[in-house]
Amino acid sequence: MKPRIGVFVCHCGLNIAATVEVSEVVKAIKDYPGVVHAQDYIYMCSDPGQELVRKAIREKNLTGLVMSNCSPSLHERTFRNLAASEGLNPYLVEVANIREYCSWPHQGDKETATKKALTIIKATIERVKRNQALVPLIVPLQKRVLVLGGGVAGMQTALDIAEGGYPVTILEKEAYLGGRVRQLDRTFISLESAPDLVNEMIDRTLKQPNIEVLTTAQIENLSGYVGNFEVRIRQQIPWVDPDKCNGCEACITACPAEVPSAFDRGLVTRKAIDWTPGERSGDKSIFLDHQVCRRVTHQENCTACQEACKEGAIAYPEDRFIEQTYGAIVVATGHDLYRKSALTEYAEDPDVLDALQFERMLAEDGPTGGKVMRPSDGKVPKEVVFVQCAGSRDPDKHFPYCSKVCCMYTCKEARRYKEKVPDGQAYLFYIDIRSTGKGYEEFVKESVEKERLLYLKGKVSKIARQGDKLLVLGGDTITGVQVEIEADLVVLAMATVPNPGAKELARLLNINTDPYGFIQEAHPKLAPVETLTAGIYLAGTSQAPKDIPHTIYQAGGAASKILSLFSRKELVHEPLVARVDTEICAGCGYCRDNCAFQAVDVDPIRKKAVVNEALCEGCGACATACPSGAIQVKNLDSKQVFDMISIVTQDYSLQP
Amino acid sequence: MKIRLSRENVRGEFVKKVEMISGEDLLKCYQCGKCSAGCPAAFEMDILPSHVIRLAQMGQEEELSKVNSYWICLSCQTCTVRCPRGVDIAKIMEALRLVTLRQKNQNKVEATALPTELLAELPQIAIVSNLRKMSG
Repeated sequence: MKPRIGVFVCHCGLNIAATVEVSEVVKAIKDYPGVVHAQDYIYMCSDPGQELVRKAIREKNLTGLVMSNCSPSLHERTFRNLAASEGLNPYLVEVANIREYCSWPHQGDKETATKKALTIIKATIERVKRNQALVPLIVPLQKRVLVLGGGVAGMQTALDIAEGGYPVTILEKEAYLGGRVRQLDRTFISLESAPDLVNEMIDRTLKQPNIEVLTTAQIENLSGYVGNFEVRIRQQIPWVDPDKCNGCEACITACPAEVPSAFDRGLVTRKAIDWTPGERSGDKSIFLDHQVCRRVTHQENCTACQEACKEGAIAYPEDRFIEQTYGAIVVATGHDLYRKSALTEYAEDPDVLDALQFERMLAEDGPTGGKVMRPSDGKVPKEVVFVQCAGSRDPDKHFPYCSKVCCMYTCKEARRYKEKVPDGQAYLFYIDIRSTGKGYEEFVKESVEKERLLYLKGKVSKIARQGDKLLVLGGDTITGVQVEIEADLVVLAMATVPNPGAKELARLLNINTDPYGFIQEAHPKLAPVETLTAGIYLAGTSQAPKDIPHTIYQAGGAASKILSLFSRKELVHEPLVARVDTEICAGCGYCRDNCAFQAVDVDPIRKKAVVNEALCEGCGACATACPSGAIQVKNLDSKQVFDMISIVTQDYSLQP
Repeated sequence: MKIRLSRENVRGEFVKKVEMISGEDLLKCYQCGKCSAGCPAAFEMDILPSHVIRLAQMGQEEELSKVNSYWICLSCQTCTVRCPRGVDIAKIMEALRLVTLRQKNQNKVEATALPTELLAELPQIAIVSNLRKMSG
């Protein structure tokens, strides 16, 4: 069938028309082979402009459109939808960008611009002549969600999705739910008990029938794409049977592996087999931490706990693997604190704590039962110095970013300290007090007045042990004086950093991290809960430091994005994907090696490249890599590219 | 200059006395500097009014005894009216004067030593202010 192409040249007000002689272009293109209709208009995207296009499609029975206007990122969709509504296949519409590529860069040079516009339009006409009528791909959608991390971010996302009616699996690498918040004493600004807050959430999570919780579990492998992620999960089966265990602690006494307790931030030690950290006292259960058990760390055949157990509750089964398909994944892997030892100017001393250690000390379920004491001698500290921005806002040595929550939790910790030690004095060194949440500034001011907190503006330059005390050298930049404090205890508000392993996880999920290892959102303003990989979402501090309310906002955002995705019956994917000519393909695999989306593979038996169309983004990297031209992108194959090049180069002589 | 902070000065007698006499909470001040920005007498002061409050917050009695700022203060109350935290700075200045005078037990002006002719010429309010400011 002979092509019947319509060319529409837009003025874009004066954006194009001031530089390109639009009427000349229309006159010159009218009789170009294959063109049956050519027309210009002031704004082709306007309602009257679109009506002109519709009319031409109907009356001239057009088989292709060349829309000569702005960038395809702006109006390709507009005109493709228009074509579809007139019964013309949308993939027979192409944009000739004569604004960004022509009128804007050639302002003031009408002759060149007009000539170039004509060349761009002719090249696009040649492309449209070989365009195929394509149909969008339909991709099935598995309406099941995997949430990585069982802290407040993960649980909130899971709850929101589960309440929407879809099944959710929470993977938690620790033996308990609750994450960092579970380690805290109280929350600012309500001074509500953090364990109460989180336990209520854990209860709701465990009781929600649509949520499956897998503790001591991690993601092992991932393949697939949005709607169909194939996930392999590794879960450690608890080595202690909770039904048989009577809590006699014989196993704990027998266990030879004693390590600093990660949950209590090293303030105390625990055995490899011990009470589950973070559980409420009422339902404490014994748990064997595989990561520190000598059977795992030393590959020894230690059976001390099994031998000690009279109830026969202990066995050592192998890890189990679970394979499951998920439609969407949420990364909620949380954060950690920067290590104290990185700040070498602050003494490595038992009485210099990081903020989470102090939090464990304040917590009633902590190793001191909520009593504030110096780790070195157990005395009640009367002069306590809090140091904010320990590692944060320090681009030269540590991290340039603000950790966002330290101003508030330091104030809260100082306030809690004063509640417990009323005759003590708290000194808080800060650079700026960033109390930018609802009620936060009021909280800080109220705490200062109520508990006589003394804020000192400036960073601490050195902390040194001096006999019974810690000598803190700081400054007060307001008065311009050096300040010395003989402190009993120092608390460092260490910078918030991503959880260790976040980078490795990001690599496994094929998502990006920022230079500090936080997961990169798709857009800082417009897509803060999405990653650049479709179907993978973000919640909580794995993305950036944030407090509990912001974590809950983001979790709700991620959940609503997923619920909106799941409200569709199936997914639609652009058909502009790569296609393999199996007659030519030699199975060399160059295409597979060059694909950024893992969309191409080589069939090991047939030795032919195979494209997973649902994963393919149509970038064309495979087509350029292919030595034989066997793999091509639909509607941009090599014939079309060569036709376009011929047009563009026809004015140039091949002779030297 | 180096200062040493401890409970003894931060929560010491001096701070308590200044707060008691002025009836103001020193820690209410968050050091925005608005009082200093608008003080009409600041150009004569060794240190700015907000700086005076800061030293008082830290209980630095010794440092404060060396400066003239609260003696220069006119008690015009511009600072008090403008303070966003509602701190009556003029009252604190007055308290600092009183604390200094009481402690050192010294009058900078002896009422009986003023010549009668001068007293007759001076406005009454000036005499009262002068005595309030310069005598304990």
